[in-house]
Amino acid sequence: MSKVTITVNGREMSGEAEGRTLLVSFLREALGLTGTHVGCDTSQCGACVVHVDGKAVKSCTMLAMEAEGAEVTTVEGMADADGSLGVIQQAFQDHHGLQCGFCTPGMVMSTAALLKDNPTPSEAEIRAYLDGNICRCTGYHNIVRAVMAASGQDVSGLGVVAAE
Amino acid sequence: MYNFDFVRPSTLAEAVIALAGDEAQPLAGGQTLLPSMKQRLNMPGTLVSLTGIADLKGVSGEAGASVTIGAATTHAQVAAEAGAFYPALADLAARIGDPAVRNRGTIGGSLANNDPSACYPAAVLASGATITTNKREIAADDFFDGMFATVLEEGEIITSVTFPIPQAAAYAKFLQPASRFALTGAFVARFEGGVRVAITGASEGGVFRWSDAESVLSNSFSGDALAGKLPAAEGMISDLHGSAAYRAHLCGVMTRRAVAAAG
Amino acid sequence: MPKDGGIGASPKRREDIRFLTGEGVYTDDIQLQGQCFAYFVRSTVAHGTIGTIDTAATEAMPGVLAVFTGEDFKDVGGNPAGWLINSRDGTPMREPKRPVLAHGKVRHVGDAYAAVIAETYAQAKDAAEQLAADSEIEDLPAIVDMAAAVANADNRVHDEIPDNLCFDWGWVEDNRAAVDEAIKNAPHVTTLELVNNRLVPNAMEPRASIGEYFPGTGDYKLTTTSQNPHLHRLLISAFVMGIPENKLTVVAPDVGGGFGSKIYHYGEEALVLAAAKKLKRPVRWTAERSESFLTDAHGRDHVTKIELACEEDGTFIAFRTETLANVGAYLSNFATATPTFLHGTLMAGPYKVPNVYVNLKTVFTNTAPVDAYRGAGRPEATYSLERVIDKMCRELELDPFEVRRKNFITPDMFPYTTPVGLVYDTGDYNATLDKAMEMADVDGFEDRRAESAARGKLRGMGLSTWIEACGIAPSNLVGVLGSRVGLYDAATVRVNATGNISVMTGAHSHGQGHETVFPQIVAEKLGIDPASVEIVHGDTSKIPFGMGSYGSRSLAVAGSAMNNAVDKIIAKGKKIAAHMLEASEDDITFEDGNFAVAGTDKSLSFGEVAFSAYVPHNYPLETLEPGLEETSFYDPGNFTYPAGAYLCEVEVCPETGKVDVVAFYCADDFGNVMNPLIVEGQVHGGVGQGIGQALCEQTTYDADGQLLSASYMDYAMPRADDVPFYQVDYSCNTPCTHNPLGVKGCGEAGAIGSPPAVINAVVDALNSGGFTHITHIDMPVTPSRVWTAMQAQ
Ligand SMILES: Cc1cc2nc3c(=O)[nH]c(=O)nc-3n(C[C@H](O)[C@H](O)[C@H](O)COP(=O)(O)OP(=O)(O)OC[C@H]3O[C@@H](n4cnc5c(N)ncnc54)[C@H](O)[C@@H]3O)c2cc1C
Ligand code: FES
Ligand code: FES
Repeated sequence: MSKVTITVNGREMSGEAEGRTLLVSFLREALGLTGTHVGCDTSQCGACVVHVDGKAVKSCTMLAMEAEGAEVTTVEGMADADGSLGVIQQAFQDHHGLQCGFCTPGMVMSTAALLKDNPTPSEAEIRAYLDGNICRCTGYHNIVRAVMAASGQDVSGLGVVAAE
Repeated sequence: MYNFDFVRPSTLAEAVIALAGDEAQPLAGGQTLLPSMKQRLNMPGTLVSLTGIADLKGVSGEAGASVTIGAATTHAQVAAEAGAFYPALADLAARIGDPAVRNRGTIGGSLANNDPSACYPAAVLASGATITTNKREIAADDFFDGMFATVLEEGEIITSVTFPIPQAAAYAKFLQPASRFALTGAFVARFEGGVRVAITGASEGGVFRWSDAESVLSNSFSGDALAGKLPAAEGMISDLHGSAAYRAHLCGVMTRRAVAAAG
Repeated sequence: MPKDGGIGASPKRREDIRFLTGEGVYTDDIQLQGQCFAYFVRSTVAHGTIGTIDTAATEAMPGVLAVFTGEDFKDVGGNPAGWLINSRDGTPMREPKRPVLAHGKVRHVGDAYAAVIAETYAQAKDAAEQLAADSEIEDLPAIVDMAAAVANADNRVHDEIPDNLCFDWGWVEDNRAAVDEAIKNAPHVTTLELVNNRLVPNAMEPRASIGEYFPGTGDYKLTTTSQNPHLHRLLISAFVMGIPENKLTVVAPDVGGGFGSKIYHYGEEALVLAAAKKLKRPVRWTAERSESFLTDAHGRDHVTKIELACEEDGTFIAFRTETLANVGAYLSNFATATPTFLHGTLMAGPYKVPNVYVNLKTVFTNTAPVDAYRGAGRPEATYSLERVIDKMCRELELDPFEVRRKNFITPDMFPYTTPVGLVYDTGDYNATLDKAMEMADVDGFEDRRAESAARGKLRGMGLSTWIEACGIAPSNLVGVLGSRVGLYDAATVRVNATGNISVMTGAHSHGQGHETVFPQIVAEKLGIDPASVEIVHGDTSKIPFGMGSYGSRSLAVAGSAMNNAVDKIIAKGKKIAAHMLEASEDDITFEDGNFAVAGTDKSLSFGEVAFSAYVPHNYPLETLEPGLEETSFYDPGNFTYPAGAYLCEVEVCPETGKVDVVAFYCADDFGNVMNPLIVEGQVHGGVGQGIGQALCEQTTYDADGQLLSASYMDYAMPRADDVPFYQVDYSCNTPCTHNPLGVKGCGEAGAIGSPPAVINAVVDALNSGGFTHITHIDMPVTPSRVWTAMQAQ
């Protein structure tokens, strides 16, 4: 066991890690930040996406020790300073971009990374970018709408034909 | 995952020493190694991280001549920076896996691993790139040694890869629907002296040069020239995602698409 | 217009706040003092005899606290099948014991035959690896193919079941002769053999369980990923472990999707309880995704031959099917109901076909258990029907829209008794078909096809007009059909002294938004702010005995219970108001949250009445009890029958065989809609899964019973770039006639209606491209399959 120190959501935090401790386990177990989820063991589902030094990574596929000294942002750090939902989170709620919520932390973190690089992505760009985030509940429809809405695009015409 | 010791040297020299230890193995982006360690398919005693070695990272080149990529350069960085020298290579890097994988995975890791469905091996082989290690320079034609195998020796570290810039090139990738690796991918590069075509994803032997297509395309660089040409289905991978015959067929389709994209 | 936040409005989901900020609490998020970890030793062969398991070396490993094998559980009960089905000859189904840990034999890859408990997860896993090495498993030939399983009497999944047959079921057996006769004499018969592919549910949250035992009281607690905590408690108490129900609490915290797979009780849950008791410490287990693939109950897996007999003009005369349905190695809890009463009963579709007969043989194989997965049986029925109708239309060159219209049951015919035992209450199948055609601009299709052709793509359109039976289910009916449980649900509405409300219910959301929708109903009825209503669910120590969430039943059944409990609250409130206002109870009205004396200006707010109920200073106690809390158990009078019309457009790449779904239109009748936003979300999710089944989800066992598609590396599920925006409509609603909310259920619709629409579109596209030899193509229509089919020309 050695001590690993990272800055998570702006706060310096330390914990004990073995060589094999994955960043996701470190966050969830050593630091108690269980917002980041584990949905697979082959690095495919994206439920574990966090930002390390500003870049989206799969925290299940990175060693905690590799993150020593890094700035890590997790879904717990995405709300506004006053605790209200951030723009992306709010768009996911407004557009029903989540159902069971399990993929949601990864979706929010991937979206944040996308919008940083590409502030107004097209539908196709969003779908391509979310290639590494699996959602089993939503059929992606409202996730894509939420991402478009979070980037200030009008989504009113997309999808619902008539609701009485 | 079994436990192991973890070291993160900051120079190549330190890494080489660390790798001389018993059961030591380099760790680059970990995007292949960590999943395989989770499955306990891989059990190094010491992992030597290459991510702290600044010399192994970066893209540099000379327009129209060559581009050199540090072994620990991520796919994302190649996608962002190599385009100025070699657009087809940047485009290939931009389509590896997903954004989070591209932020960690590296060219060196991809080549050392030589997954039969990986993308970079096709670019390296079709471009006739040179792989530089801490010990030597290896021509692409000599580097790959069958599925998941290369000529790298124990403890040998890839330090960079240098690509000559072709006159035209493109990569066409047909996705395996689950893993999103290449079910079959074709990289076509047209040089002054002829065309090179490398196919990934298809063969049980890993990435290979499709020489029939090369000679046809060297005469006439057009998809139509390839009409009816296919590599033999024998020796192609057959699995739940596609039969050997299907993969052989895709070699033709993807090569034609790459030619069309290369223009 | 719906009231703010009331019925028919789309308030933002309140559960989202915690999910979006990382504050959700799923089972694996819970950390307990003194906890230890279980790891299961699982069979790596599909079929084998368990020899000696030498635990000595394992027990000596660092951190190991206990080792369990099948031997430890051989005297406790088995995990039962919930439905008893009789074969055509009247004999009861064969029901092998399903033990906590395999004993004697392992029967599928992943079958757990031992478990190790250790201080840390890594230690448990290391030790389990040791134990696997010290276990003798003698390989037996694997039984994988269903036809071979039934044909081969010597090779048995369960030694006591000679032909690997669970039952041979006829539905309705009395129809058989007439159906045979009708088919023999029909002017036209279309025959289709098809496979309804096996699916892995893949809720994104892997199964997880934590067992606790409290020696001071003898109480147990199981925290687990469950869609129905009371059902889990009942199964564990009454059948498997014998723990008295009142000594066991089952808690399902936030659940990350289920789709059926978390209905069932699994051996891991019993094991963590037994281990907690033995060690007097919390014992936890969370599945790795690889374990989920091998052990979560899979879905579908039917091989069917269907015949459709009709007149030359397409008027249906009869349907006859013969199906082999895989149940895997053991009977999971609903495994025998899914292919029978959730499938056979739907084989008339929305059509007035006079003759229907279903024969179904349910087969044991050395594969993971198969059970209900989103739609459960109804997708299989719909797929068979809508595919064979499409094939018939092609054979007779009839218009698929007109053929459906000609055969639809029309609104004047309700209630309508089908030849397969259901009574449909309402519907308007032409209305949803009209709507779908309008949405999809069917007239413009040829132009779109031409545009696709200009890009080198073959475009096709596919229709599916589906019906299902959900709101599961009337207990008296399912009792007759073999169910060993009742399928009512329950709600307790507790008005607190300060006027706000807690609603305890047996339904348990695992993504459906109950915490938002249920308060809409209660608030609307009471004329109060939905924010003052809180839903309590997922904890057997807090909720009334309800059967949980599956079969699109939460709203139709638990919601109805809630509605009725609120009615009781209003009735009691009137009594209280009558007392307080010194009026006769008959003169009290309740409107907009106020109790009033009719014809006067005397009134009391809901809050005043609630407060009085808990401060009963001058109550006439002989006639008026204090308190304002009511429970209702609701047992539905019938199934509900959502129906709709789905239209899909695909593009097929003739070079590679790749299929892209480019447009998808849903016109559904869900009866009354409580929350449009959530209904849309449910349809999207169901359609996404249906497209997955049609295009890419492929569960492949090799001849040795090894699961080849055992991870996301090989099991393809739709990603964001595999699907389009879906166009969804639910305006053509005919309210359900027999539940108080008039609702029908929308959770499974998308997964039921969509697969045949996709495949019909693919066949259409291929035929339009000259591949007229392709009359059918099995799901999933992977690029390789499509290309191979094209080559067969
Ligand atoms: C979800 C997902 C999707 C993916 N999709 C694709 C895809 O579409 N196409 C594709 O090509 N790849 C894909 N990959 C693989 C990805 O590109 C990996 O990043 C790459 O194969 C390995 O690079 P790495 O830096 O992560 O190497 P690591 O995993 O760290 O190492 C891989 C191997 O290389 C060795 N190694 C690493 N660096 C060196 C070096 N400099 N010298 C010598 N040996 C070294 C390691 O010891 C190890 O044996 C995907 C991966 C994932 C998880
Ligand atoms: S947990 Fe699935 S990608 Fe990280
Ligand atoms: S909301 Fe459940 S997996 Fe995405």
